[in-house]
Order: sequence, then C-alpha cells, then structure tokens
Amino acid sequence: MRMSMILLQNGRIIDPVNKVDRQGDLIISEGRIHEIGAPGTLHLPDPDGTTFDLSGKWVVPGLIDMHVHLREPGEEYKETIASGTKAAIAGGFTAVACMPNTSPVNDSEAVTSLILEKAEQAKMARVYPVGAVSKNSQGTELAEYGEMKQAGVVALSDDGRPVANSQLMRRALEYSSSHNLLLISHSEEMSLSENGAMNEGALSTRLGLRGIPHVAEEIMVYRDIAMADYLELPIHIAHISTKETVDLIRRAKRNGSLVTSETTPHYFSLTEEAIDQYDTRAKMNPPLRTAEDMKAIREGLRDGTIDAIATDHAPHSNMEKDLEFELAANGIIGLETSVPLTMNLVRENILTPSQMITLMSVHPARILGVEGGSLAAGATADVTVIDPDKKFVYTKDSIVSKSGNSPFIDREMQGKAVLTVVGGEIVFEELG
Amino acid sequence: MEMETEYCFRHKHILGLENLSTDDISFILQTAESFREISTRPIKKVPILRGKTIINLFFEPSTRTRLSFEIAAKRMSADTFNISASTSSATKGETLVDTALNLQAMNPDAIIIRHSHSGSPHLLTKHINASIINAGDGFHEHPSQGLLDLMTVKQKKGKIEGLKIAIIGDISHSRVAHSNIIGFSKMGAQVYVSGPATLLPPGIEQLGAKACRSIEEAVTDADVVMALRIQKERQLDPLIPSLREYANFFGVTNKLLEKSKPDAIVMHPGPMNRGIEIDPAIADGPRSVILEQVTNGVAVRMALLYLILGGSEQ
Repeated sequence: MRMSMILLQNGRIIDPVNKVDRQGDLIISEGRIHEIGAPGTLHLPDPDGTTFDLSGKWVVPGLIDMHVHLREPGEEYKETIASGTKAAIAGGFTAVACMPNTSPVNDSEAVTSLILEKAEQAKMARVYPVGAVSKNSQGTELAEYGEMKQAGVVALSDDGRPVANSQLMRRALEYSSSHNLLLISHSEEMSLSENGAMNEGALSTRLGLRGIPHVAEEIMVYRDIAMADYLELPIHIAHISTKETVDLIRRAKRNGSLVTSETTPHYFSLTEEAIDQYDTRAKMNPPLRTAEDMKAIREGLRDGTIDAIATDHAPHSNMEKDLEFELAANGIIGLETSVPLTMNLVRENILTPSQMITLMSVHPARILGVEGGSLAAGATADVTVIDPDKKFVYTKDSIVSKSGNSPFIDREMQGKAVLTVVGGEIVFEELG
Repeated sequence: MEMETEYCFRHKHILGLENLSTDDISFILQTAESFREISTRPIKKVPILRGKTIINLFFEPSTRTRLSFEIAAKRMSADTFNISASTSSATKGETLVDTALNLQAMNPDAIIIRHSHSGSPHLLTKHINASIINAGDGFHEHPSQGLLDLMTVKQKKGKIEGLKIAIIGDISHSRVAHSNIIGFSKMGAQVYVSGPATLLPPGIEQLGAKACRSIEEAVTDADVVMALRIQKERQLDPLIPSLREYANFFGVTNKLLEKSKPDAIVMHPGPMNRGIEIDPAIADGPRSVILEQVTNGVAVRMALLYLILGGSEQ
C-alpha cells in the first residue's frame, strides 16, 4: 500500500462519462484524481511519488462488478470476502456488489455490517452489499430494507431464486422505492425450470438431461417489467441469457420502461456446447444457451439494450462440482476472466473500448447509485489500468479466487488488468 | 468376418451408441452372433475372461439387465460381483466418485454401471482406470439394449438398412429410445417416433428420428414397432392424464398394427405394463420378439465384455 502521489503517464485515458478517449497523463493524490493532462505534460511535485509509464495501456475508471457471490458468511471454504475481493482486484475490479444468498442470508443489519467490516479489514476492492428482498429469501415476507440501508446495502435481491409470488414482488418494488433502493430481479419461472440442469433443446435431449426452457426466463422478465411499468418504478434484471429476453428489454426501453439489465461474460462467450461430456464447470443458472442467444446477447450489448456486464462470480469447491451433472451446483467464477473475455468483443468490433468501460464501470455505478465510473478531477481515485495486448493462459494455478470452477481454465486470453487503484492506493500491480 | 483387415475395435469404455461407429456396431453384432451358440451348449462356459473381475454397480433396480450382464460374464468365466443401491454406500452419503475410487482400489477390470443420473458413467471414466460399461444412465443411453435390439432386428429381417422402425411411447424419459434412435439411424434405418406430445422431447429429430404427431403415421408401413414402457409415476408429473387414456390412445394394439407391414415385428425393452403400452395379445402373439430380445441380450453383453476385456489375448 502506497499513500504517496501516483503519476500515470502516456496511457490511453478512456473516461466515457467525460467523453474522453485520448492519450494523456493522470495524477492521483490523496485518494482523488488530482489532474489530467496531455501526455508528457504532468510531473509529480513530490519526489517520493510513483510514476508508471503506461504507453500502450488503457487508464479507465475502476471497474465495478455489480453481481458477485463472496460466500461469507457461511461458506468460507468456497470464498471469503478477503479472497473474493483479492480476485476482484486481480481482475481489475475496484468494487463488487455481493449478493445476499450467504448463510445466514443477508436480510439484516447485522449481516450487512459483518460483510462491510470484513471488507474493511481486507483492504482490497470496495464491497457493496446487496440485501435480501424477503426474509431469509423465502419469498414470503419483506425484509427490513430501512435498517439494511442504514447499515450499507445498495440494492435488494433474492438472487439465486426468483421472487415467485407476484404480490410480494409488487410490495417489494413499492417498499424498496420508499428507501430509494433498486430491486435486482433473478427472473425465473420455477415451475418450468425446476429440476432442469441445462438449456432445453436438442442437446439436452441428446445428453438425457432435464432441460430449462428459455421461456422460463422470459415469462418472468415479462412479469417483472410489467409490474415495474405498472408502478412506474425502476427494476434491474440480473444475468440475462436469452434472445427473447434481449428483445423484451429492448421493446420495454423503447416504450419508456425504467428497466436496466446485465449479462455475464459466459453468456456472450460460450454456448451450451461447452457442457460437452457432462462438464459441470459449464453448469450455471440460467444455463448456457444456443449460438443464436449468444449472438443476441452480443447485439444487446452493442446497441445498449443491456446496460452492464457483471460476472455472477459463483465460487464452488470440488465437493459441489465433482458430481453427477444433475447433482452439481450451479455457477462459475468470473472475476479474473471478465476483462479478457469482454476484450474479445472489442477485438471483434462489437464494442468500442468506451462502450466496454461504460458497461463495466459507468453503468454499474449509476445503476447501483454508488461513486465511481468517472476520472474527472476531484473524483475518488478508483482506477484500473488494462493492458489490451497482454496475452496469458488462464491456468488453474494462477487463480486468485479460493475456488477453481471455471470453464475457461487453460484458455488463452488477451487483455488483462495490470494495475488496480482503490481510493488512491495501489492494491494490485502486475506491470513490467 | 467380412470386416476390412484394418479394422480394430479400440474402445475402452462403452458409454453410448453415440460414441460407436457403424463399423464398431457391425463388429459387435458379428461378435455377438458368434457367441450366441455358447449359451445353447450343455456346458455353457468358455474360459475367455478367466481371472477378470467385473463389478455390477447398480444404483437403480434392474432384473433383466443386471442378470444378463452377470450371466454373460460368468459364461465367459469372469468373476462377477454385484453392488446394488440398497447395499452400497450411496445411502450413507458417499459420493459416486468416492464409491468408484474405492472400487478402483480393489482393481476390477470392468465396472458396469446403472445410475439414475445421465452422464454418471462418463464421470467414472474421468476418475478410474477400469473399463466402464453403461448399463443405463438417466434418460441418456442404454447401449447394450440398443445393440441387442439391433441384433434382434437383423436376425429377423436379415438387414437393418432401409427398414422403417417405429418407436411409440415415452420418448423423453427413455434411454432405450435414445440408444435405438441413434443406433438404427446410424445403421441406415428410418426411425419414426410418436407418443403424446408431452413425452416427445425437443430436438429429437437431431438424434436422427422423425417425430410424428399421430402414432398411426409412425407405424404406417413399419417393419418394426417398438413399444416403450410407460412409467406409472408419469401421471404425477402432468404428462399424461391417466393410464387408461394412455392405453386407449397410445397403446400398441392389433388395430394399430394393421397400418404396419404385414410381417412387422413387435419389440419391447421390458418390463412390460400389459394392457397399457402394449396389448397382451400382441406381446404373446406371433409378431412379438420380446423374449428373443432377452436371449440376444446375453450374447451382446458377452461380445461387449470380450471386446473390451479379452480382445488383446486372443
């Protein structure tokens, strides 16, 4: 941890909020962005400061992952707040929003406070707790939003399961608006998806696995948007995975709905084919879909229908994964692969670098209502430096997260976070 | 044998017909034919697999398949051991991988597994050295059943290529149907499937079958009509309203068989629900080859065990 001034020289500064995308120098001082100038024009007044020559690298507002599972409290053998935030900074994230499906569920001030305390001790990425929509995420009674908000939650979700009861969803949307908290919906019609292990279609038939039809997602997305529209309130749809969901959200936005949405790198990088011979590392919920869905997700990112890229980082140990496919747990880790996988879309000219940063920093900050997403002078110095050319193989041994459940292991990657600065402090550095 | 001299059976495991080539299937069927005679001898035993250890690891109840594998192994002098779910560690919470590693530690040559979860045999191959034979996994495949059905049809019809095979019933939850669709279409037959739409899975045509809305269409001019077991618990899942209605509208009856070829044969993988998916008069009638399927099952399983365990020493 270095508290002195930092000069980032000659990088490509990409700051979409301030319409900046050019070479330049940037000085960080006392935890804030101090000054931005033309390349080679800025100098540190303080001789103890640190200077980095970032030619060929991107200097961007700190990336924010608005959907992760840190597993603490309760499942510390999979991940802890310390290990998860260490994985986050290694992946270029200066902040993460952690879902409440821990044990106990984060439906209270006490659990929220515990999470924030652990995050404070870890001193890595910022942690924004998401509180439960319903008590114990059981879907029957409202949780105490006011008290959780006072303790520090930034949004509400019963992620991992849907709010199945429509009346409860209505009341949750209404009551969350009283506390100015966003509701993040895990949209899934359980009566259609229950017992399913993968996307329903020709491949699930061939593998003999019970399928999850894509309409199980879309029916609930439709309900959620209809409900939010009726109440004229915002709603955020988590981890969208299907073509029809993208179409629904596109239409809703055109009609003035206050809906926002996120997708994950796996939905734009993989199809159900990744399951191959029952590879449980490719099992998650919603499941990997078809090439057509993947294409639609990419188009949704390109045209702005989808607002954010989140990882749904979901650590599991071998005990949950080295099982019969249908018995294995859902979820993959994602914090350390999100940047290179999204860079693939930049290299394929689906996204501009500026769009990528909007999806991974600007919008997550805006949707959650948290600081960040800007490199304006005076802003908090959460900064990520990305080397767009850096190639590496994502090996099992290199994983920082406590768990290794990723379908991307042993893949060649290009593009990597090489410097992560949180509040003006260097928390991760891999330059050189 | 009429195979190309280059041909060599190279599989260590039998996981499904999807992994076997047409040459593999032909070779297995030829090998099975040559073994059929052993079961008709007064002394039904040959020493081909003497000293080999074969474990039957059955996590689902089975009479026919387990016994058939055991008889096949014993007629070839292998030592066989049966583990069924009631006596296994599964009920004590041991994982499948741990069970398999413990079996592996006793150095068996082959493990024959039946399991309610698709892909369980594949999971074993990732962890242990013994050969794995899939004796039915979930809704995925039941390769030895598919092979014995191919063998039976070939005996009765003299060929497989060009035949029309109709499979009627619960296609969604039938590993037998899946192996048969793959096997028969690979060998050049046309496979038609039908049943209530609730029991026809999406994308079944990509396995090689043509799905028909009416069972009459499926059996029209068929050379082979196969009825599948309807599982009684399917009524609970809202898939069929009642067994009575199922029998009336989707059962294989004499009236239905008027649409098929006059010399069509009728098959059933067993166990049968008489009077539900198949009219008892047909099951016991001249078209039925149901018991020949069972006889051929032993020969096919002898062939599989021989090709996997004994081939190199011959």
